[in-house]
Amino acid sequence: MSTSLILVCLLFAGAGAYALASSRALSLAGGRLSSLHSRPGYYGAYAAIAAMLPAVLVLAVWLAASPAVIESSVRGGFPQGGQAQSENLNYGMVSAIARGLPLLSAEDVAEVSANPAALRGKLALKGVALAGDPAPWMIESARTLNAKTGTSRLWMSLAVLALALAGAVYGLRAVAPRFRARNSVERVILWSLVAASSIAILTTIGIVLSMLTEAAHFFRSVPAWEFFFGTVWDPRFAGAGSASAGQFGLIPLLAGTLYIGFVAMLVAVPVGLFAAIYMAEYASPRIRSIAKPLLEVLAGIPTIVYGFFALATVGPFLRDISAEISGLATGNYTSFIQAQSVLTAGIVMGIMLIPYVSSLSDDIITAVPRALRDGSLGLGATQSETIKKVVLPAALPGIVGALLMTASRAIGETMIVVLAAGVAARMQLNPFEPMTTVTVKIVNQLTGDLEFTSPQTLVAFALGITLFAITLCLNIYALYIVRKYREQYE
Amino acid sequence: MTVVSPTAAPVSKAPARRDIGIKRRYAAERRFRAYGIAALAFGIVFLFLLLSTVFRNGYTAFQQTAITLPVTFSEQLIDPGGKRASDPSVLVSANYAAVLRDGIVAKLGVDPQSRADVRAANAMLSKGAPIQLRDMVVANPALIGQTVNVTVLADAQIDSANKGQIDLTVPESSRKVSDKQVGWMQQLTEAGAMSKQFNTGLFTSGNSSRPEAAGLGVALAGSLYLMLIVLALSLPIGVAASIYLEEFAPKNRLTDLIEVNINNLAAVPSIVYGLLGLAVFINFAGLPRSASLVGGLVLTLMTLPTIIIATRAALRAVPPSIRAAALGLGASKMQMVFHHVLPLAMPGILTGTIIGLAHALGETAPLLLIGMVAFVVDIPGTPMEPSTALPVQIYMWANEAERAFVERTSGAIIVLLLFLIVMNLGAILLRRRFERRW
Repeated sequence: MSTSLILVCLLFAGAGAYALASSRALSLAGGRLSSLHSRPGYYGAYAAIAAMLPAVLVLAVWLAASPAVIESSVRGGFPQGGQAQSENLNYGMVSAIARGLPLLSAEDVAEVSANPAALRGKLALKGVALAGDPAPWMIESARTLNAKTGTSRLWMSLAVLALALAGAVYGLRAVAPRFRARNSVERVILWSLVAASSIAILTTIGIVLSMLTEAAHFFRSVPAWEFFFGTVWDPRFAGAGSASAGQFGLIPLLAGTLYIGFVAMLVAVPVGLFAAIYMAEYASPRIRSIAKPLLEVLAGIPTIVYGFFALATVGPFLRDISAEISGLATGNYTSFIQAQSVLTAGIVMGIMLIPYVSSLSDDIITAVPRALRDGSLGLGATQSETIKKVVLPAALPGIVGALLMTASRAIGETMIVVLAAGVAARMQLNPFEPMTTVTVKIVNQLTGDLEFTSPQTLVAFALGITLFAITLCLNIYALYIVRKYREQYE
Repeated sequence: MTVVSPTAAPVSKAPARRDIGIKRRYAAERRFRAYGIAALAFGIVFLFLLLSTVFRNGYTAFQQTAITLPVTFSEQLIDPGGKRASDPSVLVSANYAAVLRDGIVAKLGVDPQSRADVRAANAMLSKGAPIQLRDMVVANPALIGQTVNVTVLADAQIDSANKGQIDLTVPESSRKVSDKQVGWMQQLTEAGAMSKQFNTGLFTSGNSSRPEAAGLGVALAGSLYLMLIVLALSLPIGVAASIYLEEFAPKNRLTDLIEVNINNLAAVPSIVYGLLGLAVFINFAGLPRSASLVGGLVLTLMTLPTIIIATRAALRAVPPSIRAAALGLGASKMQMVFHHVLPLAMPGILTGTIIGLAHALGETAPLLLIGMVAFVVDIPGTPMEPSTALPVQIYMWANEAERAFVERTSGAIIVLLLFLIVMNLGAILLRRRFERRW
């Protein structure tokens, strides 16, 4: 029985249990519903839960555990003396053969049993590729594997369905006027709510653990201090068995990340802040109601669109205009800004960040109490003086928090820099040249063919955990500042 | 803050006024205000610049040049041995390129002996056109021996030239379309054989290395799967988590931790979720690479914090009197939440969900890491098959060098932005229509 068929059966069992239990509760009440502790639907729901929940749990555990159990028992039947590496390869072949065997016709199977060498070609015709020519024992192992999978599936179906039946009977027998069905059902619901909210924690644990374990693999082949303090990024290609691992220095990537982020903040902070000040303090409600959504549209545009805009429009524009400028100045029309450069990526990323700065600061500026402004204006200060001397200092902690959050977004931004910043890991100060960032290198190292043992791939996780740590610190600090500030006027 | 300025007194007897720099201060005031306007204008101008650039480059992608030719499916070329009755594979491997070439040569009246001319004429048609002929013949072998009018796609260069994107004043040697081909294009257009038609292939075909045949079909299907998975998982989980945190959770260390966690998860760079998906779902759980199932799971984890934050705000906006009334009438706490609070909070929850989905739809970086950046030609039938997504397709096309791919990329961006606009408008309408102020 396929898993989906079992699930459909379970659904039917649950629905049946629900209908039976609620009608039984009704008949027990004998027309006086008030004699029941809970409304009939709750008895039905109790029976349905009893029928489905244990069965589903067993199904999930069985599905998760059985492949590993079967694998180890099939591996036990492998000929002795192989290395762990080749055993893995062999098991891959065996499972591929096991997938392919049921696709072959009866004559083919008979022919293959006599002549194993023919198997590869026949399976290739059916769309199952083998890594090499199979040995005769592999076909035997594949047969065992298929047989064991079949047996496991049969027992699983039987066990799950029997459990569902038993649960339904148990739920039905529990129906009685004094039985507190509602409380039991609500307890199950409450636990499912708890489970749902624990997913947030599980995600964080998953992020930290998965990246730490993979990064630990990486640090086994490359020492941690060479990674964190290395100044050369030259990972080479992942060659099979090549001893030279290349150099994995984080510093050039970090320098590029911070430089591009700095340029982006140079664009985003003044523009975003002034836009926020204008909208909060000067603009009429009508202008505000038009301008604020328009700026927020900028935040809704996917970053890949910004990346393409930088790549196809801003980069070439800067390159051409720099050629014009140098032509006018020296007569030599060569561009000094490259199409992919720190400047291109920084400007476009800055535009992307404007709405973050402006809407966060807007909220903070409007939260400054009216009384502070009135006091300052009453003393004869102009509006801009009030803003500069009173409102902004009062809002400063909140604004700093907002800027930190924006900076963390700039550091974690990927698509704009992938398309517009270039891939050359260099340490230099010229904003007209390309530099690269942590996120670009994560993408570079992980697209293409992957081999999860080479440091070239695993370095992405070390980069990832660095990125995660930096943004986490920035965000926690920002949250701390913002929270501390909020208490002042409440 | 009106400053009363003294009426102009006689110049001679004006009392010496202390100079408090009113002029200077007012100039500073005007400057400050101008900076604000300039900043606002800068942002809005860039918004329109971005949108207009994309639109200008992209609107032509919705049209495609096609050429209608009388093609003779000659038996000599397709099945010289007459073996198609016994061996149908003859029809698959036949030389349809030659069939097509004869068609265009005859249509344009090119001298069949001049190899250069024949090649130039043939280059006007898409390299995918012979496959189209093959599919026609395989589906209907009775075509052999007949002459049929067939509409095939023009080559991407011809398409660009027909849309006026190639500067014909440039010397012939440095552009991709020769003068002869331009002449033929005029000839075909005058004969009504070459026309621009709506580009249905953009929405139905899979990826291709030939710009004229590349389409968003796979990406649209993949994005659809992604959105369905994200919706099916993140809405129930997000709502359940918010209900627990907002209505049931005791105030203790653990719930505090969960709260801080959710706020931080909302700010984690999206690429980190891609690393998580790669390590956990693909490496550890053994799910297939490039499948939209994994993409959906990753985007679900990424969207959950957004949905939880929006849902909690919506739940908090339901006044306590509703809760008190329900409890007072004897409802259990669970009944109070599910029968009264949740329905009232639903518009806010759905608005937050749509915005979260729109965010997930435009997300690219995590999908790159789990291998959805694959060259997929066939539209995936299930979420387990390799697929791409709209933003990933944009990324892949953005990396192609050919001019025609710029047009396709911009067209794909327009499609993506249209989806986002529709979703956000839906969210706004939902809020306007159902939101209650208490």
